[in-house]
Amino acid sequence: MPSRSGGDRSRSASAGPAGPAPGSLARVRVRFAKLGKVRWTSHRDVARMWERALRRAGLPVAYSGGFSPHPLLSFGLALPTGCESTAEYLDIALDPARAGLGTSKRPAPRATTTHDEPHGAHEQPWSYAPSEQSHVEEWTGQVAEAFAGTSSPLFPDGIEVIGAAALAPGAPSLQQAVVACTWEVDVLAGDPEVDVAEHVAQVMSASSLPVRRERKGRQVEDDLRPSLLAMAVDAGEAPGPPVLRVETATRPRGVRPSELADVLALRLGRAVRTHQWIEIDGGRAEPIVAGPPRAATPGGGAL
Amino acid sequence: MTSLWPRIEPLLAQVVKPARYIGGELGAQRPDHGPGRVSWVLLYPDTYEIGLPNQGLQILYEILNERPDAAAERSYAPWTDMEAAMRAAGVPLFSVETHRPAAEFDVMAFNLSAELTYTNVLNLVDLAGVPVRSDERELAHPLVVAGGHCAYNPEPLADFVDAFVIGDGEEVVGEMNDVIATWRGDELRRRPDLLRRLAHVPGVYVPWCYEVRYRAGRLAGVVPRWPEVPERVEKRVVADLGAWPYPKHQLVPLVEVVHDRLNVEVFRGCTRGCRFCQAGMITRPVRERPAAQVSAMVRQGLADTGYDEVALTSLSSADFSGIEDAVAAVVGDPGSCGQVSVSLPSLRVDAFTVELAAEIQKVRRTGLTFAPEGGTWRMRRVMNKLIREEDLYSAVDAAFSQGWRRVKLYFLIGLPTETDDDVLGIADLALACAEIGRRHHPSVTVVASVGGFVPKPHTPFQWYGQDTVAELRRKVGLLKEALARARGVTLRWHDPAASAAEGVVSRGDRRMGAVIEHVWRAGGTFQEWSEHFDLARWEEALAACGMTLDEAVYRPRDQDEVLPWDHVSAGLHRDFLWQDWLDALAEAPVEDCRWTPCYDCGACTEAGVEHVVASAVPPAGGSQGTGQDLGTGGSVPVRFRSAVPAGTS
Ligand code: SF4
Repeated sequence: MPSRSGGDRSRSASAGPAGPAPGSLARVRVRFAKLGKVRWTSHRDVARMWERALRRAGLPVAYSGGFSPHPLLSFGLALPTGCESTAEYLDIALDPARAGLGTSKRPAPRATTTHDEPHGAHEQPWSYAPSEQSHVEEWTGQVAEAFAGTSSPLFPDGIEVIGAAALAPGAPSLQQAVVACTWEVDVLAGDPEVDVAEHVAQVMSASSLPVRRERKGRQVEDDLRPSLLAMAVDAGEAPGPPVLRVETATRPRGVRPSELADVLALRLGRAVRTHQWIEIDGGRAEPIVAGPPRAATPGGGAL
Repeated sequence: MTSLWPRIEPLLAQVVKPARYIGGELGAQRPDHGPGRVSWVLLYPDTYEIGLPNQGLQILYEILNERPDAAAERSYAPWTDMEAAMRAAGVPLFSVETHRPAAEFDVMAFNLSAELTYTNVLNLVDLAGVPVRSDERELAHPLVVAGGHCAYNPEPLADFVDAFVIGDGEEVVGEMNDVIATWRGDELRRRPDLLRRLAHVPGVYVPWCYEVRYRAGRLAGVVPRWPEVPERVEKRVVADLGAWPYPKHQLVPLVEVVHDRLNVEVFRGCTRGCRFCQAGMITRPVRERPAAQVSAMVRQGLADTGYDEVALTSLSSADFSGIEDAVAAVVGDPGSCGQVSVSLPSLRVDAFTVELAAEIQKVRRTGLTFAPEGGTWRMRRVMNKLIREEDLYSAVDAAFSQGWRRVKLYFLIGLPTETDDDVLGIADLALACAEIGRRHHPSVTVVASVGGFVPKPHTPFQWYGQDTVAELRRKVGLLKEALARARGVTLRWHDPAASAAEGVVSRGDRRMGAVIEHVWRAGGTFQEWSEHFDLARWEEALAACGMTLDEAVYRPRDQDEVLPWDHVSAGLHRDFLWQDWLDALAEAPVEDCRWTPCYDCGACTEAGVEHVVASAVPPAGGSQGTGQDLGTGGSVPVRFRSAVPAGTS
């Protein structure tokens, strides 16, 4: 009896209809949060949430060609399932030629029991095609701004759009640009004798930190040390477990909070990615400037 | 009631696919559990991915939550890793919306869509902390109810389920809610009072109100214990599907599930009369949804959910009077910007051909499945599945000519009167289809998928003695040999052992409850999953209960034998089914009563309903009921459907 996993899709190797010409596309970069129960969804699940939300919004997203066209979205670093974040990013390719298509015919997305705020009842910048090529940049900025302001009701609880901005033509992708991120990780209350600062100091003074993991069925050993850029204990005045503030590099590899727990020999709890960083003119900056970064609210939306 | 979430969350880091347990779907309700509301937890006894898309549960979920005196949540079978973690941590079964313990609801309501999920029903009741046997439950325990197609033979689960719902649930859930609400208001209430009151609700079967009699080791009757209890429970039928435009807010899960798309039911019931098909027999007559409502539900559904695929569902979607317009409207709607595809589960390709194949693949190609079911014309006449070879070939040709490279064909083996020639006919059809494909492309694949036939209650084949595991294996062997070096044909088969276990439950009487309980206690959950299924467990359980596969599964039933489901009525007259069985043996086909005079099967007359079909003429190319000469094959109903993971349909 066949197991119940896996479908049976016939795929064709032959090319289908062509997609839009690459030069005609505009890009919007969005920052969003993933907090609370929804953190148990995977990176792939989040990508599918985005595809559906963008269709509900009626945004003129560019599609690939072929017999299985898919929206041209590109996500940056994957967030491990179970972690939270206030600094997730994706780039959305827009096809200005699709703007205004069908918006008059299609009913506006309606509020549902889950998402009480009415959405899309008014005209949006993406209801109009930019009149000339030279206006595309301005139009993209308007789309980004309007989308950032109205899109959160399109998502499940815990996914929240924080900001969006038009991307300059030729700007590198998130995969290329992001060099580091910052995490806040709770140390679970344990033995009061354990000196968290001591553990941190030991790890940061180590010359190498080997971790084993499975890759394609083989055990491989990586050194985590080059990826740990900085780590500090923030005991704070507030009662409760100490919080680690950790900065990690993305190359040669990223660091998962579970690996951090292993090298620190500490039990770690809630992990929140609070920043991603790109390099600009020798300094570093966030991938878009979009509103003040939200402080991670403890247990935000978890209950 | 309290949320178990703080105790559930620490378990999630240890299990696969933790998002199965978090809820939060688009369209999920936030039920108000105020006093005076009867609370329901709707359960599907398999994983979240299989259970969430179940349309029956989604419909009832909305109908109940719209009532001022009800609240409904959902729950699914936790996978084995989660179950182990829950049992170790003492966390009981919970709902996914508010993570309340299932035992704190007034009603636990199961959908029964597959017999091999029955051990999971027991497991979920147990995981909820509720006694599995109905007679051990007390006042504080929830009422355990079950409905769905398998409820048409309720007896194998009669020891564990307090009340079954037979037929369409839209109206009867409300009536049950009323009875429960009234009973709850009674200070001196006792559990038996509730059961007796429910037994009066039309379409509700309460096993405790019936006594089972045996004579010489065989069932002699299932008879009411009190005069006011109905002798036969008649199925419920919603006469006008247009009055029930549900689901209005289809659930959009956060994780990938089967049938992950918008589903709009275009009609219910089918009168094509395929003799092996229980779904067709028990859902008569045909009730179409008005075409304008279909369009509105598609349009609104796509806008609400963000899906880029819609399935127009029914047992045979090409028979829907407005099907061509409906498909063209979706594919051509400027609002969908050319990105929305349509899939038509159970579509007869003869009515659509190349034009439709072209239309459907405008957006994206989904898998294609045709279901000729039988390998030879003789076999198909026995089944009343009247598909001519030529028409199957032209359907397949249409698909390959439109660029598909892979086509799946569904067949049954182990059918009444089947000869080895009939079995080998499957290989011939598959080879011929691959040959046709190669005219269009050098490398094509035809998947011949073969399942062992399990006779089902309320069908003309209900008297047939199922093929043994050995015989089914031998027949699969014939096909393996015939296709061993075949180019372009892949043979897949359903495990014959699983067909035997399904047969144990399908036509079992109340004594089969002990067998199901035995299998469950021995650890046999998730029996629909090959990695958890083992026929040896079922054989041990049968032996422990003094039964055998020979008696329970392989034995043909006599004409005048009492069948375990005789006290449940799908409307079909027993003489009609018997006559149809004789016709099958005589290889005599019957017509579709939608377009030819009624032959009084009973479905309409018993329920006081009739067909609701907009079109006065049958669909182009249809065979049954078109008045064409059935002796030469008329033409061809072929099902055409998008990919469905094996074992889920
Ligand atoms: S009662 Fe007559 S019209 Fe109705 S389903 Fe049966 S045969 Fe068809």
